[in-house]
Amino acid sequence: MQGYNTEISPGGHWSLELRRGTQLTLTDIAGGGNCGMLFYNPRNLLERYNAPDTLKCQHTFKLTAGHCLYSDMGRIFASVTADTFGWHDTVCGNANAQHVASKWGARDYQHHRNDWHQNGYDAFLVELAKYGLGAADMAANINWFSKVATDAEGNLCLTSPSPAGSSVTLRVEMDTLVLLHACPHPLSDATTYPRKAIGLGLATAAPVGEDDLCLNHCDENRRGFANNALYHLGA
Amino acid sequence: MIKESQRHVDDAVFKQVVDAGDYYLGKVNAGQTFRILDLEGNQAADTLFFSAANPAERYSATDTIREQGNVYLTAGSVLRSNENHPMLEIVADTCGRHDTLGGACASESNTVRYDLEKRCMHACRDSWMLAIAERPEFGLSKRDITHNINFFMNVPITEEGGLTFADGISGAGKYVELTALMDVLVLISNCPQLNNPCNAYNPTPIEFLVWDAPNGV
Repeated sequence: MQGYNTEISPGGHWSLELRRGTQLTLTDIAGGGNCGMLFYNPRNLLERYNAPDTLKCQHTFKLTAGHCLYSDMGRIFASVTADTFGWHDTVCGNANAQHVASKWGARDYQHHRNDWHQNGYDAFLVELAKYGLGAADMAANINWFSKVATDAEGNLCLTSPSPAGSSVTLRVEMDTLVLLHACPHPLSDATTYPRKAIGLGLATAAPVGEDDLCLNHCDENRRGFANNALYHLGA
Repeated sequence: MIKESQRHVDDAVFKQVVDAGDYYLGKVNAGQTFRILDLEGNQAADTLFFSAANPAERYSATDTIREQGNVYLTAGSVLRSNENHPMLEIVADTCGRHDTLGGACASESNTVRYDLEKRCMHACRDSWMLAIAERPEFGLSKRDITHNINFFMNVPITEEGGLTFADGISGAGKYVELTALMDVLVLISNCPQLNNPCNAYNPTPIEFLVWDAPNGV
């Protein structure tokens, strides 16, 4: 496959059905960015990214290299093969129009054109509608480049913005509809609306070797890959 | 936060025991309060809520934890919908902490978590599938089956970003009570999980009780 590179503008959104074996690299160009992401099976849109299964299967609260991103059907949409940042969120969801207006003021398209204050919730609604999906299909999403930690009492805190040039690479393990946006994280306390572009690159991934980081991360992931093998036997 | 209820069991207008492996699906009206009672201890009640007027509006773990700034649920927590509207409030809790990150067990995730051969074992998401198939009058479908609450489960997060399934902090007779802030559908899978040490590999019954709003409310 020819490589492809583009830039998701601040507040922008994007979607594409990615084939198994594709490699998707995201780059936080300026640092402190956020990239919301959701996955669906294009052959059965009811199969979708499942944050709880992803977390509990790997006994983790954060996402980083070695982790697999699971569907609700016990299969792996994509695995995280590289990550220079180390801690990505998948429990905080999206900011909506009210959040954005209360934090940074309402800026609409009529008055501000592409400098408006788009929000992650509406950005996903736009992309979901293109596939016949709606608000009820919006599962808990991933927020790449956003580190959300908790204290002993469970209080959430968005900490340590990602450095400029941070990148994360996903290997697509089954044909997957990928939706993403470059809108601010819902817990962002930036003083001005964070206008952060996300770089996006597509290439052909190297085949999964026996020494693969994600396959060998835990016994659970080895069984997840076995479920994908069964899926491809049937598909 | 531990907060005991002032409600008396004799005043309840509805009571039903739900065995492990069964589901409960019913409507609770705005102002009514219901109790989920852990009869024998360390049982997981995997629960979803929907707006009765529009089931596409339903409980959202992400909206709930984001708005309260905390990943655990207890007395005082307001449960929010995917439209970010308040749906229910936890008004009493003798357990102290409930999980909304770990999700429900499924036949499919059991293959990943435990063993490929566990696929045929009964799981919460299958109970929900049976519920939506058997009760079409509620208008629910698989797309509505999402990120749930695990009442009575304790799933602490470590400083390093790990997720641990700790021993339960519930016990026989502990309960959680919620007041509905809108007319809601309540869908509970009483967990049949046989592979988890949290419940000592022993799923047990729960009881669901409902009280009407006090007079004049």
